[in-house]
Amino acid sequence: MIFCGASLVTQFHLAEGIQSFPAALHWIFSNLIPDETAMERLPKILDKLVETALLSVAVTVLAGICAFFFSLLGSGITKIHWSINRLVRIVAAFFRNVPDVVWAMLLMFSFGQNILTGFFALFFTTFGLLTRAFIETIDEVSSNCVEALEATGGRFIHVVFQGILPSSLPSVITWVLYMIETNIRSSTLIGILTATGIGYLFDLYYKRLDFSSASLVVLSIVVLVLVIEGVSNKIRKVIL
Amino acid sequence: MALLEFQNVSKSYDNVTKALSDITFSIEKGEFVSIIGPSGAGKSTLLRCINRLVDASEGTIVFDGHDVRKAGKAEMRQMRAKIGMIFQHYNLVERLSVIENVLHGCLGKKSAISGMAGHYTEEEKKEAFRIIQEMGLSDQVYKRCDELSGGQKQRVGIARAIMQKPKMILCDEPIASLDPKASKVIMDQLKEINQTKGITCLVNLHQVDVAIKYSERIIGVSGGKIVYDGPAEHLTKEIIQQIYQSSANDLIMDLQR
Amino acid sequence: MSEKVLQPGTTISLDLEKIMERTGKGKIKIKAKNKSRYALQALMVTLLGLTVVAFATFDYQNIDFAEAVQATLQNIQTVFLEPELTRDTLTSVLYQLLVTFCLGILSTIIGAFFAFFCSLLCARNIASSRMVNGIKSFIAVVRAVPTVLWVLIFAVSAGLGSVAAVVGLTFHSFAYLTKAYAESIEEIEPGIIEALKANGASYWQIVFQAIVPSTITSMVAWTFMRFEINFTNAVAMGAAAGAGGIGFNLFMAGSFYFDLQEMGMLTYIVVIAVVLLEMVSTRIKAYVK
Repeated sequence: MIFCGASLVTQFHLAEGIQSFPAALHWIFSNLIPDETAMERLPKILDKLVETALLSVAVTVLAGICAFFFSLLGSGITKIHWSINRLVRIVAAFFRNVPDVVWAMLLMFSFGQNILTGFFALFFTTFGLLTRAFIETIDEVSSNCVEALEATGGRFIHVVFQGILPSSLPSVITWVLYMIETNIRSSTLIGILTATGIGYLFDLYYKRLDFSSASLVVLSIVVLVLVIEGVSNKIRKVIL
Repeated sequence: MALLEFQNVSKSYDNVTKALSDITFSIEKGEFVSIIGPSGAGKSTLLRCINRLVDASEGTIVFDGHDVRKAGKAEMRQMRAKIGMIFQHYNLVERLSVIENVLHGCLGKKSAISGMAGHYTEEEKKEAFRIIQEMGLSDQVYKRCDELSGGQKQRVGIARAIMQKPKMILCDEPIASLDPKASKVIMDQLKEINQTKGITCLVNLHQVDVAIKYSERIIGVSGGKIVYDGPAEHLTKEIIQQIYQSSANDLIMDLQR
Repeated sequence: MSEKVLQPGTTISLDLEKIMERTGKGKIKIKAKNKSRYALQALMVTLLGLTVVAFATFDYQNIDFAEAVQATLQNIQTVFLEPELTRDTLTSVLYQLLVTFCLGILSTIIGAFFAFFCSLLCARNIASSRMVNGIKSFIAVVRAVPTVLWVLIFAVSAGLGSVAAVVGLTFHSFAYLTKAYAESIEEIEPGIIEALKANGASYWQIVFQAIVPSTITSMVAWTFMRFEINFTNAVAMGAAAGAGGIGFNLFMAGSFYFDLQEMGMLTYIVVIAVVLLEMVSTRIKAYVK
């Protein structure tokens, strides 16, 4: 019933959806093998791909570092005043829930078609997401050792660097790796919206109906994401 | 003068129910005292009031001539440095090495920067090695704490406390998560520290028989109040019943030593 | 008092040297000898290095950073402090919100439907490992394609609109939920399935008598979590792929009319909706646990 209601509102027809499958599959397979023009564009695509990968690493690392220190203020076990705890959580929720497309469009006005537009748009959402994740991690992982280090007469900063940081590092890193992968996908979306990076390249070929090149872009993103996923899985097994 | 004095100390978490009410006792230097009582009686809270992991609501606590509750931040840290603490769940930084965990015992004396970076002097490191050897952990020095057994972890916890060169050690259920064999090792070690180094020990215990075996003096706590305070040998079945608020037949214990 | 430690100190220190390890400079080592610590360090150095490389190689196009930041702050102020609906009426915006909501629901339901059957084929405890590996890699590929690209690929044949949006969004939900469901199925106690097998139950009897009842709660929780994600994604698809809903309004306000105040109000509406969903989802998760 919900399904029918929702279909009505959105004017979605299941039949049409199913009908679109063969055509899309046909599209995918007919363009899967890149033609000559597409191969000529490969260097350019790879160039943008590397840029996207570096962008998402930089964004995630920076946002991760900021989020870690911010989450210390938001965690219950560091025993900072509860009003600051609450404030941190609200700020994190704000950054997390404002859609990245809004940040992207907002930054477009001032930064224009610049890589920094994508950088900050991704930075804000990543920061919000990681802050929440880190608060949970810290609360879960380190309450015991925080108590012990406080009992030895250690300062707050000792407790953070000798207790909280080493205990939460593996799961912090796991989150960072996951966000790097997510950010590569998100940066494609933002790229389409702000005409930058690999997203723009796809949009360009797509609108020119140069589907072979467009599918090469898709393919290259898929390979990149799979490689990153594979590497992070390996790393996760070693560090945990 | 007594090393530790409690005067009419109360603690309530929500202003309604009292976790501790009107606690008064004192402990002399070098004593080995056990606190027994059912879970939720306030044993943990009592211990934590001493080094202010929990702040008492009323009364005065004097440790080594200082009023604990009135101490400022720096003074409180100095005081904590003089009090070692051992926990039920060991509370080690599991991902660091044994030696690093033992060295945490001297964080109270470190400056902000060197403690943060984990820089210790060679003297401190040697001292830590000496203590580790005493604890019989020589083979584990460079292992990560999550590779150790429960008994070994607790010995690291004790080593960390000794590293502080404390005047007193607080033990919060030190053997509650250990098997009988490891429990005996830990209790023997605590007793030895108490006797050879003259460090005062205040131990929360669940097991009445262990308390009677190891301590000279026992404090019985029930419902946040002290219901017994006296020598171990004067502890009768009736008093134990009163502490645990049940008939002695329900209690699994053995009063015969 | 401390005599016991000090007196035989000379002999002890000889033994101590045996257990101590020293660095090249003669300092005593204190770090754990552990593979994972080295891996962690190497990884952190690599990530920081890549970050530096990234900043060094970005093409900044000589942007005046200070000016841009100032302008951004001003825009942020307009968007978040002076929100106002200047073009649309509240009812029409709320209707568009409903559309986005429904896009999320549709893609979640369809995704969940297919994911359920697919997860039966890729849970290690009830499917052959060859099948599991095959399907898992297929799913990894589906997941690796950004949602927006799925939407645009389907737009080639179905045209931009709700059909492409729903199908595109469904792909990711499907991949995500298959993985999640399969994990829940793998957590079932082996005894339950064995008991039914011993009774001679058929495959579908096992599925509906053992697997569904013991995983339904966690599956519901996962599905709702995915719905939350799909809602946010639907907003993004509206903006980036013309899929309709409130995302499209956002796109028009932001990139067509340059109407920051309207954008602010739309953002607030989306944020409120997401926060409400998050609260419901937390409740469901708590209830399920």
